[in-house]
Amino acid sequence: MSARPGGPDSALADVVRTDVPVARGNDRIWDAATRLLLGWRSAMFLLVVLGGWELYVDLGGADPLLLPPPHQIAQSLYNDRSLLWSNFLVTAREIVLGILLAATAALAFAVSLHLSHTLRRAVYPLLVASQTVPIPIVAPLLVLWLGFGILPKLVVIALVCFFPIVVTTLDALAAVDPDLLKLMRTFDASRARTFRHVELPAALPGLFTGMKIAVTFAGIGAVFAEQSGSNSGLGYVFQEAIPQLLTARAYAAVAILSAFAISLFALLTLAERLLLPWAYEPRGEGRR
Amino acid sequence: MPAKGANIAIEAPLQECRDPETPNGVWIRAVDRTFVTRRGEVAALAGMSLHAAPGEIVAVVGPSGCGKSTLLELICGLQQPDAGTVQADPAALMPQRDLLLPWLDATDNAALALRARGTPREQAREAARPWLERFGLAGFERSRPVELSGGMRQRVAFLRTLLAGKPVLALDEPFAALDALTRLEMQGWLASLLAREPRTVVLVTHDVEEAVVLADRVVVMSPRPGRMVAELAVTPRRPRHRTHPEVVALRERALDALGVSS
Repeated sequence: MSARPGGPDSALADVVRTDVPVARGNDRIWDAATRLLLGWRSAMFLLVVLGGWELYVDLGGADPLLLPPPHQIAQSLYNDRSLLWSNFLVTAREIVLGILLAATAALAFAVSLHLSHTLRRAVYPLLVASQTVPIPIVAPLLVLWLGFGILPKLVVIALVCFFPIVVTTLDALAAVDPDLLKLMRTFDASRARTFRHVELPAALPGLFTGMKIAVTFAGIGAVFAEQSGSNSGLGYVFQEAIPQLLTARAYAAVAILSAFAISLFALLTLAERLLLPWAYEPRGEGRR
Repeated sequence: MPAKGANIAIEAPLQECRDPETPNGVWIRAVDRTFVTRRGEVAALAGMSLHAAPGEIVAVVGPSGCGKSTLLELICGLQQPDAGTVQADPAALMPQRDLLLPWLDATDNAALALRARGTPREQAREAARPWLERFGLAGFERSRPVELSGGMRQRVAFLRTLLAGKPVLALDEPFAALDALTRLEMQGWLASLLAREPRTVVLVTHDVEEAVVLADRVVVMSPRPGRMVAELAVTPRRPRHRTHPEVVALRERALDALGVSS
């Protein structure tokens, strides 16, 4: 097996057709991405929500210190832009690396569990347990253990993101048609080649689905980890802002975190459509 | 196209038979096969026997659930009999559904058996390419399965089985999922292909006419547990037409053996 990534002989080259133009699909893909990011419907909805929020606070429904009106959050986004930006970069790095770490570990885990029934029986319950670990309690311990650097943050984010990716990848592996495996046996394919040509490509859409779910969890994990011991990151900004009664700034940090999660989700959707176009086509009978 | 028969030795070398001196074809003698399910034991085959001489096309017809697919899996070595013996030259399976991989184009799908043996991708594609043309798939080499018609998908699936280079082809209702017109067309296509590329074929079908037109011999199976209830030799030379009087008569006899009066 050639190790050249993306080369004509690598497993990836079979699956990820970078050489074939995604004819007619391109428009649709961009549509999908822009719809998610800039769609006028979601923009309208957001405006309605923000307007209602603004009115509610302005009419005295809530103390602006507890619930800052959107215009104050917008002001904070502008006034604190350099502070927010530099801390956003820290958190963004943690989230991206954390998800990549989780995806790598989850893929390796899912593959081992798929290949070994015994391992699956033994480890699956523990895997479920890993998701019930209360992160707010574990995060400070991890910081004490692993120090104040980026490592404990990555571990916390990976811990939060790991489970959904393993489950969706494992399900995709298990969904491979047993007749296809029989077919490969009549072709004298070794277990490794069957895995490489049939099961691994079939698992990639599951991996993407898991990562899309994980993206939404990663931000929460990052904030917890930063609050447990850090002097940078949006979680840190949040934690510092509250005692100083800078609630608008805290909300601004949350807004940035949400926007980043949406962007990552859209990016993953886009990547999936470009790299695995076949996963978006109708299955079964071909068109006539 | 010169020397079609000779090509296969280079592009899809026939693997050695278990006894290279004397290819056996397929011998199944008094085979029992029972499955244990949650609802108890289900006897799929009981005392089933079948023989296909090297180069012979044997069609197996029978009612639904008579153990036909089990029979093919025994031939391919995917299952072992509970009793009786199965001797068969190496066999490649063509499953009922085409099971083409949606992420591969027609060429890569056809070359899957070569890739399964470790042939590098470009070499495998190179080997499959001339066959795609001969299978009427020229211009669709880079089309993924979703872009192919049902008949084309079935041809790619058949090519994939053929390129496995096994002396025995185990075909499981290969045309069952096609519409009637495409099925007729594909039957004619298969007949002419097998005339050029002779193989030992065990063809499972529920289409009695398909069996009589394509096969040298038709084996009729009983309902579950499956066993042979009739064996009809089809004497007219291939290719034969479905309106040939003897074909029509054999079709009626096969239907009689199945207990279907027409």
